[in-house]
Amino acid sequence: MRNTGHDQHQERTLWQSLHIDLPLLIGILILLTLGLFVVYSAGGQESAVLIRHAKRVGLALFVMFIVAQIPPLSYRRWAVPVFIIGLMLLSAVLLFGHVGKGAQRWLDLGFTKFQPSEIMKLIMPIMIAWYVSQYDLPIKISKIIIAFILVLIPTLLIAKQPDLGTSLLIASSGIFVIFLAGASWKLIGACVGLASAFAPVLWMFLMKPYQKQRVLTFLNPEQDPLGSGYHIIQSKIAIGSGGIQGKGWLQGTQSQLEFLPERHTDFIFAVFSEEFGLIGVGLLLTVYLAIVMRGLWIAVNAQHAFTKLLAGSLTLTFFVYIFVNIGMVSGLLPVVGVPLPLISYGGTSMVTLMAGFGMLMAISTHRRFNI
Amino acid sequence: MAPKKRVVIRNHSAEANLFARRTFITFAGIIILSLVLFSNVYNLQVSSYQKYQTRSNSNRIKLLPVAPNRGLIYDRNGVLLADNTPVYSLEVIPEQVNNIKNRLSAVSQLLDISQEKQDKLLQAMKSKRRFKPIELYSRLSEQQVALFSVNQHKFPGFFIDARLKRYYPFAELTTHSLGYVARINGRDSLALEQQGLAENYAATRNIGKRGLERYYQDILHGTIGHQEVEINNQGRIIRTLDFTPPIPGKDLTLTLDIELQMIAKRALSGKRGAIVAIDPRDGGVLAMYSNPSFDGNLFVHGISSKKYKRLLAPESNKPLLNRTLQGYPPASTIKPLLAITGLDAGVITPETEIYDPGFYQLPGIETKRRDWKKWGHGKVGLSKSLEQSCNVYYYDLAYKLGITRISQMMRKFGFGEYTGIDLHEESRAIMPSIEWKRARYNKPWYTGETLSVGIGQSYWSVTPLQLSQALSILVNKGEIKVPHLLKATTEVVVHDKDASTAQTIVTEYVVDEKQPIVLKDQHSWDLVLDGLHNTVQKFGATGYAAFKGSKYDAAGKTGSAQTANIEQGEEYDASQVKESKRDNAMFIAFAPYENPEIVIAVAIENVAEGGGGTNAGPVARQIMDQYFGDREIISKDPRKHPHHSKDFHQKIKNTAGNP
Repeated sequence: MRNTGHDQHQERTLWQSLHIDLPLLIGILILLTLGLFVVYSAGGQESAVLIRHAKRVGLALFVMFIVAQIPPLSYRRWAVPVFIIGLMLLSAVLLFGHVGKGAQRWLDLGFTKFQPSEIMKLIMPIMIAWYVSQYDLPIKISKIIIAFILVLIPTLLIAKQPDLGTSLLIASSGIFVIFLAGASWKLIGACVGLASAFAPVLWMFLMKPYQKQRVLTFLNPEQDPLGSGYHIIQSKIAIGSGGIQGKGWLQGTQSQLEFLPERHTDFIFAVFSEEFGLIGVGLLLTVYLAIVMRGLWIAVNAQHAFTKLLAGSLTLTFFVYIFVNIGMVSGLLPVVGVPLPLISYGGTSMVTLMAGFGMLMAISTHRRFNI
Repeated sequence: MAPKKRVVIRNHSAEANLFARRTFITFAGIIILSLVLFSNVYNLQVSSYQKYQTRSNSNRIKLLPVAPNRGLIYDRNGVLLADNTPVYSLEVIPEQVNNIKNRLSAVSQLLDISQEKQDKLLQAMKSKRRFKPIELYSRLSEQQVALFSVNQHKFPGFFIDARLKRYYPFAELTTHSLGYVARINGRDSLALEQQGLAENYAATRNIGKRGLERYYQDILHGTIGHQEVEINNQGRIIRTLDFTPPIPGKDLTLTLDIELQMIAKRALSGKRGAIVAIDPRDGGVLAMYSNPSFDGNLFVHGISSKKYKRLLAPESNKPLLNRTLQGYPPASTIKPLLAITGLDAGVITPETEIYDPGFYQLPGIETKRRDWKKWGHGKVGLSKSLEQSCNVYYYDLAYKLGITRISQMMRKFGFGEYTGIDLHEESRAIMPSIEWKRARYNKPWYTGETLSVGIGQSYWSVTPLQLSQALSILVNKGEIKVPHLLKATTEVVVHDKDASTAQTIVTEYVVDEKQPIVLKDQHSWDLVLDGLHNTVQKFGATGYAAFKGSKYDAAGKTGSAQTANIEQGEEYDASQVKESKRDNAMFIAFAPYENPEIVIAVAIENVAEGGGGTNAGPVARQIMDQYFGDREIISKDPRKHPHHSKDFHQKIKNTAGNP
């Protein structure tokens, strides 16, 4: 396993032997540190909240480190059985799941509650990348169809919980693999056309009333400023009133005076924007973009189609998280429950996300390893 | 789904190129989407910054209104008549109390609060924000305040709140002129809204309901202040950002003299009636008292229906009624004014004399109108007609003048009109005329009614205020100064919230004057005033007894008004008549005779025995005695001191029991 006999600096060798991608780690640590400050501010300046968050961050870093030690190509061996287990767990959720906030998302294992859809976030890109990478690229239409079916099954199971946000994110992580595998532009155009034709069907038959309400609220939040529009209005007020320089750390009135709901979780970007202003937002987006670039660099330089596709998909999904969260908090997108990656008060999603970064690091540092 | 073993060698560099191309496209997409995000945030934080800044502030900043302190009211000598005194109430913030039920019953035991009230409070707490104070017990006694203060450490979350409430230290002595304040009701707030004053009253609880408190409400109220506070999403106050203190209402100094009020009350005790005393030099009301009265303080805290019913009960004699502004038949008190009218119209001259046989008959009509003196006054001239209050003289005068000329002149003296005093409760009373009767009853005017008007009866009614005003015009020889209670207003002006710049500004009341009454011969005033002087100073005249031995030089006129019709040929005997149908006693007086300083009108309802001279005269006398104190004011003109007439013995008998 220890193949370090190349012309690299001593330092670099050390990180590589630890299977840590230093640029990625630096970007991640910057954001995690920033997250500690913002969570402290958003969590009512309570040290208890901060300590819980810090523990999660520590756990997530540990998980990332462990995952990074696993040779990436060995994932392929586990892709199919884990995917099947994942599907079984998702079905179990629908059958015996724990109901919370009007949706069945949790499996109660007795000692802990567990969200199978989180695992699916990682299994999906592995599964599709494994399937697609067996064949020559660009991907053929027949393979695309099978890949699509593989994407659709868990997506529908999650959408049924119902958790539209997560199901779309998971679907996109699979579709990104297909895209990166070189699906023809004609086909992509056809799919987009089909999807827009499907939208009314989705609206009329598949979406739950609360989901429809979210979309309606998104289109016109002011119609119900104290009800469903309250979140987005207060969030926009928080962001807008931050101005260029922001109100200063711990000085955001919208967040400190609790006008802003879900401050330390999904709407933490509003807290950040209010307190750090446009300058802070610019810097935050820059760090995010740096991480995305590093992720794509790792993907391009990966030596196997499977790792290329997996790294590309993981990086793209990371960006989708960013885009959906910021877009939703700033009023560009409807409200879906997606946290701001690496900043929001950590839940299971932070651990999953960091496991994903562990895979990226594995792909980056295990590249000398034989196929 | 298991992968098939593939033997074809893959073109790795082509695949890598494809992947790199796709990755590049993806990256371009990511850059574009990032720019979309950034420009959206830019739009919110830069382009729409003002809008969201404002909305953020309106979220967190609230203006809390702070009520101004109501202006105080003083009498002319600086005696406080309307005060703001602290009222203590026990309040509780539920959130700060651990075991509310337990603590509540403990504090209730300490302060003796009923179980019923505790239950009510527990009920009220359910519907209120837990961090907002709830009033538990209002109007704590000083003893309760002390008791609680000593034990306060045992009751965290409980505290005593002090608020200012109106208090009238002289209670019923001043109620009819001061009025009172009471809680703003729905009608008040509607009126305030219509006047655009709702904002200024946002924190105000009470408003002037009657009297001066009502008339000068705007001046007394002041201007609202604001506390600018930061609140959280629950409305809890986090901190105070700014404070604009309220501007207190102006203090009022009245022309009233509380000592005269006290004398008036004492003089009227046990009687129903009213006193108005005016300084004729400026129209300032020196005393204004209506008996029985009531305690305005009752209304400040909200009167109980039991107490209110008691005020309305018949045996309470209508204490709510302000009799100083209520119409009474003026009776003989208006004879001097009719004399002025007669002189000015040329109907009588100073030399005119009539013969009074004890009755008066209209030409060609059989009905006889009796004089109060059975055998008549014999030959009667102007002065004697006043001294003896000769009815026949005035029947004749009224007949000759006719109702229209009387009515026109009497309106100039203010009868049938508002005096314009600074009270809203004023009545115009009734100055009858042909037109008035036509409008009111749709009936023609009868000459007989003119005769009754000649002795101040018939439909004619005047308020004691109007009567004192008319006398004031008379002693001022036609000059009309609108009566008023306000003497001056005092305000403290502070510049730029800096207390050291405080400046007290006193604004004197500007006396309003009306078009004066100008007679063809100004000498007529002196003739009539001389007659009034004789009425009081001449031994045997109707007003003599009232001011006998006074150190100041008074003049006046008595009156005795019938309240029931006496049948032709029937004798009036007070003891035989129901109390409510007995005569009213009237008296008007002024002093000193030269340069008068005070005019008084007194009305007493349904006196048992005698007329104005014996019942109302002494009341006026007591006020004047108080007013002049030890001052000795004797006219230097010997002519002004009439000698006793020859028929001294005969007349002294009559003065006792007649008007």
